[in-house]
Amino acid sequence: MSATTTASTAGTRAPRAETERARNENRLGRRLVAPAVIVMLLVTAFPILRALWLSFYSYSLTAPDDREFIGLSNYVTALTDSLFWRDIGVTVVYMLVTVAFELVIGFAFALVMHRVVFARGLIRTSILIPYGIITVVSGFAWQFAFTYQNGFVNSWLPFVPTDFNWFGDTLPAMIAIMVSEIWKTTPFMSLLLLAGLAQVSDDMVEAAKVDGATWWQRMYKVILPNMRAAIMVAVLFRALDAYRIFDNIFVMTAGAEGTESISFLTYRQSIEQFQLGMGSALAVLLFLSVLLVAFVIVKLFRVDLAQARGEG
Amino acid sequence: MKRKIGLVVGVALVLVWCLLPVAWILALSFKSQAAVSNGSDPGFLPLDSFAGWSNYADVWADEQFRRAILNSIGISLISTLLSVIIATLAAYAIARLEFRGKKAVLSVALAIAMFPVVSLVSPLFDLWRTIGLYDTWPGLILPYMSFTLPLAIWTLTAFFREIPWEMEQAAQVDGATSWQAFRKVIVPLAAPGVFTAAILTFFFAWNDFVFGITLTSTEAARPIPAALSFFVGPDPFQRPASLLAAAAVIATIPIVLIVLVFQRKIVAGLTSGAVKG
Repeated sequence: MSATTTASTAGTRAPRAETERARNENRLGRRLVAPAVIVMLLVTAFPILRALWLSFYSYSLTAPDDREFIGLSNYVTALTDSLFWRDIGVTVVYMLVTVAFELVIGFAFALVMHRVVFARGLIRTSILIPYGIITVVSGFAWQFAFTYQNGFVNSWLPFVPTDFNWFGDTLPAMIAIMVSEIWKTTPFMSLLLLAGLAQVSDDMVEAAKVDGATWWQRMYKVILPNMRAAIMVAVLFRALDAYRIFDNIFVMTAGAEGTESISFLTYRQSIEQFQLGMGSALAVLLFLSVLLVAFVIVKLFRVDLAQARGEG
Repeated sequence: MKRKIGLVVGVALVLVWCLLPVAWILALSFKSQAAVSNGSDPGFLPLDSFAGWSNYADVWADEQFRRAILNSIGISLISTLLSVIIATLAAYAIARLEFRGKKAVLSVALAIAMFPVVSLVSPLFDLWRTIGLYDTWPGLILPYMSFTLPLAIWTLTAFFREIPWEMEQAAQVDGATSWQAFRKVIVPLAAPGVFTAAILTFFFAWNDFVFGITLTSTEAARPIPAALSFFVGPDPFQRPASLLAAAAVIATIPIVLIVLVFQRKIVAGLTSGAVKG
């Protein structure tokens, strides 16, 4: 016990100074993280390697004996199919629109929660309900809200005819899906931003106020730059989550009217149509595209994940 | 004064935003099925179509739905327990020990947090059928553990870094045995973090849909979200909106209870785990 305590307090100790002790600590550390690493890799590493392997085969569950090696054909088929690119485009639209709205609304909510001195418990409870609610339930609630037979959306919105069918065309159906997605995930965004807001020192904001800065100036010159890390982490997490959108689409449109995302396409190929070879190729492409999105966001905004995790 | 009014309006907007859809699904669950299917009562509240508890009684009478609730509770609780135990060990090591491979562990956790779940579905479906895990509780518990571990490890590491570990030694100097020092000093300090990680893990498992629909086929293991999406009621050509709403409300009750009791801890956990400057 004392060995570990000294080690953590003297984090910058010289290497090889206490070899025996360091070796023990090294061994203990690895033993403690081993179960977590094994469980995390068990369900992800092997299946993704298997998907990679299957993706080079023509393999359908309806005719498992006809499996044959076809090289990159599945990839060529997917990448030359306009459906694949349309679904990628749809997915990117979902991601950009939902994250933009969530960022703005979430920031407004975070400001309210940060300032408010009354009814804190009530607000916290209310904001956690969309966070905790099952996405499928959110999808149902909004789907029924948007239907023209029973929903309230048409009668509450001006300029919308009461018999307008939101699920009859791509754009309105996508809007309904995005409303459900934004409703459910804005609380998460606002809590991450609230943590960032709490880190901005009040003294600095006060000083700016004394120096005559207006509300907007304080916001743009003091508060926002100081919570940059929090904003970037929130955007990264939510963007990757939104890119994988699936549940709401499944429940609200089942991919009809061109509302299908890339995740939904992968699911449909492998589970509904039993095309495991093609499904695996799409799975690999989905995995690569998520990596690409993560890479672009990290590079574009220079997100410092180590700092965000508190390793600084 | 002007600022105070603005704040009150802001609070009201937050509350309406968060609770309106919940109120809507609640209102829908009290409308009669006939009124919903012929659209005779299109308003928000069930006015002339108030059905009392009949939708809830019908849903509860459904054997498959009761099974799904049981599956969800069992699977979520077991995954939460196992995931939190494993994550606590890992987070302790990451927060307090120096060892080679620490960076690698954190990178794996980060990669898995970003992993597109759907891309695992077809190989896992294939694999689970081969080794007999398809449509069983462990078949869902395993993936839930893998995907909740990153969040649990992060949250716990952030909490463990804040604990003043020297207090344990101080207690020992004051004459406590090492067990007493651990039990009376460290456990109370670490408990809130462990608790938060448990709640977040439970939420994830309760919410999961992708694994739920792909890795189960019968009521033997099908969890609530999957059961809801397959819930068709007596007439398969007409989705029984009010029945579904009642089922959705029942599925949301555990979440609301957890949120009501633990809101303070959940907010602390979410904000400390993700962003620390």
